Amino acid sequence: MTLALDGLTILAVCAGAFFFLAGTVGLLRFPDPLSRLHALTKADNLGLGLIVLGLLFQAGGLLAALKLIGVWLLALLAGASISQLIARTARPGGPPA
Amino acid sequence: MAEFMIAAAIFVLAMVALGLARILWGPSDADRIMAAQLLGTGGVATLLLLGEAMSVPAAVDVALILALLAAFVSVAFVKGVASSEADGA
Repeated sequence: MTLALDGLTILAVCAGAFFFLAGTVGLLRFPDPLSRLHALTKADNLGLGLIVLGLLFQAGGLLAALKLIGVWLLALLAGASISQLIARTARPGGPPA
Repeated sequence: MAEFMIAAAIFVLAMVALGLARILWGPSDADRIMAAQLLGTGGVATLLLLGEAMSVPAAVDVALILALLAAFVSVAFVKGVASSEADGA
């Protein structure tokens, strides 16, 4: 049972690390700010989400697990609203009135 | 398991450090704040991984605060852009 949980953890954390890799490559290589923002939100939401998912299998109790999910939910909420705000300032022609 | 967690934390941190090159290159301020945003999220992931690897439960609290502060950085940036445009600068 522990072995299976460890395997799931390794799988999810590796997938999360891959999304951080993809986010960094996108942030460095994509041509314009809006597509770079797209790459960044993948790392923000999926990268952190998969790493949290992997750590959930190792969590000691319900409280610790809920706290990890709380961190992810806060990052989701902040990431979603901030992407909107950054896209407003980054879009060609400036922010709409 | 702890070794794997630490290796993953180092990998995520290295990715975030590479992304910081975007702060240097720009070209717009929005690109720079995006790299800072990635640093915030990557820092949260690194803290969670290290906290699990070293059995430090308090690292989750630090990660929570870092996520909150990273959000405020970008809000402050957007507010600053809006107010500088209102000044006609």
